[in-house]
Amino acid sequence: MRRFLDIALGCIPFLLLFAAWQLLSVYGGFPKKLVPELGQIVSTFARLAMEGILWNAAVSTLYRLLLGFMLSAVIGVVIGILMGRHKAIEDALLPLISFVYPIPGIAYAPLFVLWFGLGDLPAILLIAFASTFAVIMNTWKGVKSVKPVWVKSAEIMGARNVDIFWRIVLPGALPFILSGLRLGLASAWRILVAVEMLMSVKVGLGWMIFGSQTFLNTDVMLATIALIGLIGVVLEKQVFEQIERRTVVRWGMVRG
Amino acid sequence: MSASNKTAYAWSTLLRGIAGLVCALLLWEVFARSGLYSKALTPPLWTVAIRLKDMLADGAIFMHTGVTILRVIVGLIVSFAIAVPMGMLMGTSRTVERMFSPLLSVLMPIPSLAWVPLFVLWLGIGNSSTVLVVIYASVFTLTYNTWTGARAINQVWTKSAFVMGANSRQLLWNVMLPGTMPYVISGLRIAFGRAWIAVIGGELLASPDWGLGKIIFDAREFLETESMLAALVIIGLIGIAIEKLFLRRLEMATIDRWGMAQGASN
Repeated sequence: MRRFLDIALGCIPFLLLFAAWQLLSVYGGFPKKLVPELGQIVSTFARLAMEGILWNAAVSTLYRLLLGFMLSAVIGVVIGILMGRHKAIEDALLPLISFVYPIPGIAYAPLFVLWFGLGDLPAILLIAFASTFAVIMNTWKGVKSVKPVWVKSAEIMGARNVDIFWRIVLPGALPFILSGLRLGLASAWRILVAVEMLMSVKVGLGWMIFGSQTFLNTDVMLATIALIGLIGVVLEKQVFEQIERRTVVRWGMVRG
Repeated sequence: MSASNKTAYAWSTLLRGIAGLVCALLLWEVFARSGLYSKALTPPLWTVAIRLKDMLADGAIFMHTGVTILRVIVGLIVSFAIAVPMGMLMGTSRTVERMFSPLLSVLMPIPSLAWVPLFVLWLGIGNSSTVLVVIYASVFTLTYNTWTGARAINQVWTKSAFVMGANSRQLLWNVMLPGTMPYVISGLRIAFGRAWIAVIGGELLASPDWGLGKIIFDAREFLETESMLAALVIIGLIGIAIEKLFLRRLEMATIDRWGMAQGASN
């Protein structure tokens, strides 16, 4: 009963929003092209979904996200660990990274287009570049947070360097690394759509929105945005909360 | 002994930091002059520096920068005015919380920049579209943080205030709001980070007449890589300046002074 009430309450703002939209569309006097009726948006979504256009776009967007993110995860974790373990590397890289980190990744988009042309390659590289800093910074903080006592005790007990790294430093830093990966993926996701618009990739959700602008296909744009929202929720709830639950929460490093 | 050790330590850190920067710049310079890539695409540092100087001397850059910053400020103010009351309501009333948290969790993960082409169709190219993107980028995080902060307020505080005879207005102004402040301010920092991305992206996609994003966009049309790099340097400097000089100060002046840093987290 309580759960039902929760759902019912949660629906109210959506219903109000939809009702307001429908009123605006029908009686607002705006061109139907710009403010299409709800029914039209839904039927466009259904049509695009049936024809497979929406899925194709989603798959190629997710493919870019995954590839770019994996690249940044590997590079970011390696650099972060090196910085955490070696003072000289930390000192040398930190000022550089602190300057580049706050520049929005999307600002590099035109530069990457000049360097690498249009299409998939610059998009994936830019996604990797933009999300790698969050991974570096968090991994670095994580390695620094490993208590020296743990490392020293292991040394005294005769652990080899390799063992110390795999059994103490890495697990100890993992909660931070995971939250860095999460931040990195989130920041990659936040700019990916815009990157696709600027890089004129062949297929992709961002490109679908941008391409529809020329033809005033507002219904296509809104249908695509709805799918983007859906993917975002799934990424957040299913991917990352699951990873956290299976690893650091299970190992008792953070509370669930 | 420790004092002199400490300064020696700091010196080596500084020297290594400078060495890292110099190495990166040298690498660029060698690459730029090697001719592997066209000089138009990888201009030597000297050209970038001259362009930066020209831009500053010309003065138009200040207008572009001012317009971009103004968009962020206006957007953040509107966001703040919406998000803080909304977050407080959600944090204090279970009904409001249940009503709006699903909406929040659906709208929050949609990248603000996905809306730009739509905003451009509705509002045209220019200030309204870019400001609206800034609002979209910042309002949900700020609401979320305020909401979390209001929920995290120590029940003992509100109860003691109540027992001591505070009315609901005093409760709001003297207990709830200050108690939520650390979260609001850390939310403001995150919101600024997102707004900064949104404004540059919005200017690139909506191509208004003014703005730092506009410089980069134009530079691409005319293949002026040095202007692009100069604009990136300016964007980086402004981002750091706002973060360190303004937001960090704000945090120090409020949270640290009230001794509430413990409660602040993102």
